[in-house]
Amino acid sequence: MNGAGLRRFGLGLLPWIGAILLWYAVRWSGFVNVSLIPAPHQVAAKSFELLTKEGLLIDIFVSTRRVFLGVALGILAAVPVGFLLGWYRPARTFADPMINFFRALPPIALIPLVIVYFGVDELAKLVILFYASFFSGVIVMYEGVSQITPLYIRVAQTLGANQAEIFRKVIIPLTVPHILTALRVALGVAWATLVASELIAAQRGLGAMIQNASTYFLLDVIYVGIICIGLIALIMDLILRKITARLLVWQDRAIV
Amino acid sequence: MNKRAQFDKVSLAFDTPKGRLNVVEDVTYDINDGDFIAVIGPSGCGKTTMMSMLAGFQKPTTGKVLFDGRPVAGPGPERGVIFQEYGVFPWLTVKQNIAFGLTLNANHVTTAERDAICDHYLGLMGLSDFANSYPKHLSGGMRQRLAIARAYAVKPQFLLMDEPFGALDAQTRSNMQNLLLKVLETEGKTVMLITHSVEEAIYLASRIVVVTARPARIKKIIDVPFAYPRDESIQERPEFAELRSHIRQLVMDEYRAQQAQMRPVSFSE
Repeated sequence: MNGAGLRRFGLGLLPWIGAILLWYAVRWSGFVNVSLIPAPHQVAAKSFELLTKEGLLIDIFVSTRRVFLGVALGILAAVPVGFLLGWYRPARTFADPMINFFRALPPIALIPLVIVYFGVDELAKLVILFYASFFSGVIVMYEGVSQITPLYIRVAQTLGANQAEIFRKVIIPLTVPHILTALRVALGVAWATLVASELIAAQRGLGAMIQNASTYFLLDVIYVGIICIGLIALIMDLILRKITARLLVWQDRAIV
Repeated sequence: MNKRAQFDKVSLAFDTPKGRLNVVEDVTYDINDGDFIAVIGPSGCGKTTMMSMLAGFQKPTTGKVLFDGRPVAGPGPERGVIFQEYGVFPWLTVKQNIAFGLTLNANHVTTAERDAICDHYLGLMGLSDFANSYPKHLSGGMRQRLAIARAYAVKPQFLLMDEPFGALDAQTRSNMQNLLLKVLETEGKTVMLITHSVEEAIYLASRIVVVTARPARIKKIIDVPFAYPRDESIQERPEFAELRSHIRQLVMDEYRAQQAQMRPVSFSE
């Protein structure tokens, strides 16, 4: 790592150290009952215990798989739908109110219905996460696609491109950035919805772990669960950003 | 001489909420093989619309726009277009941009031919050092050279240019004009150039079509008396100055007419 990289790393680490210090400070300040705030080192010890004895890794794996599948299926459906809505004005007029109606519904509000129709199995959780990813992704896609400038299409036409070539060689490259943005937004929303989806009588998963812990007032376990969700989301976002940077080297960005 | 493009009593009008808007009115002229036509007129007068009809993006309301004797049905690779906004593809490298047209079914060539054509235009346009760079690393002048190279690569017989150097600084602009003259000398094409610069029109064109304020009608067609190849020295000749003040007068008259047209509108709003 070179000097500049080291400095950037340090700069990124600083707020975390600050947050931990603040955490201790709140605990020691005496304003809050100490039994309500486990100390960072206690949470660290607990997470080690959960990792080695309680199979925290299985919870992480189960939750990550749910989010991954939900987002993958949601975006797989959102890309063509968002594209159609962004590209064909009549399609937008036709479907826009409907999409906005469903988008406005918080996925949590649908849980009782999902239980009724899909039971309490893996499928039910997948449905909730799919719902959350699809509607957040579809909006990003269609806003992005509707902003594609006709200039590039005209250029391709004057060079002799037919409809299929325009789609393959102009529209798809211009759509890729929007797909990646949709993925990032959907990932964020899906993690946020995860706990809700695991409320549906889940045996394992980080949301289930938090739920069970809250029943027995195990605050340190709740903290471990929350930190895990945040960390995994952060790691996924970092990976996606790396992929984005690689795929979109051509983009002129103000901040790299 | 062989007629490449013909405008035959061409008019174009739009229906707007405020009523019918005539953009082009009763325009008739021919562009012959090897001509360099510059269309000049006040901005917003409809000269770009004229080019757009020949490019195939818009259809005349009445009259005919013919290319090689046939009505223009849509855009095609035999009519290359250079846009004012360049339109280089940001997701492709410089070389891939030039090769773009050659990868299409309409202009199929072998990989070896494609490489040869790309290298030729990279060299001609001074872009060889940037072959693998993305357009975001190019200056405005380089982007426009790239757009020209890309249009040339598919070997159009006819080149339509819509204020191609309008966004460039004076120095780059004059370099680009000289480069265009040089390239035309070796590749011999028919050109229709839309411009609002009188000097540019005289320096580059063999014939200048002066159009009126909207709706665009033909005010005057002027033959430019300088033989090709040309260089910047012709700009010092007394004939150049004479022609320039003559055309400037024509354009200024139209500019004033346009301002007079617009004034009541701006007051009423």
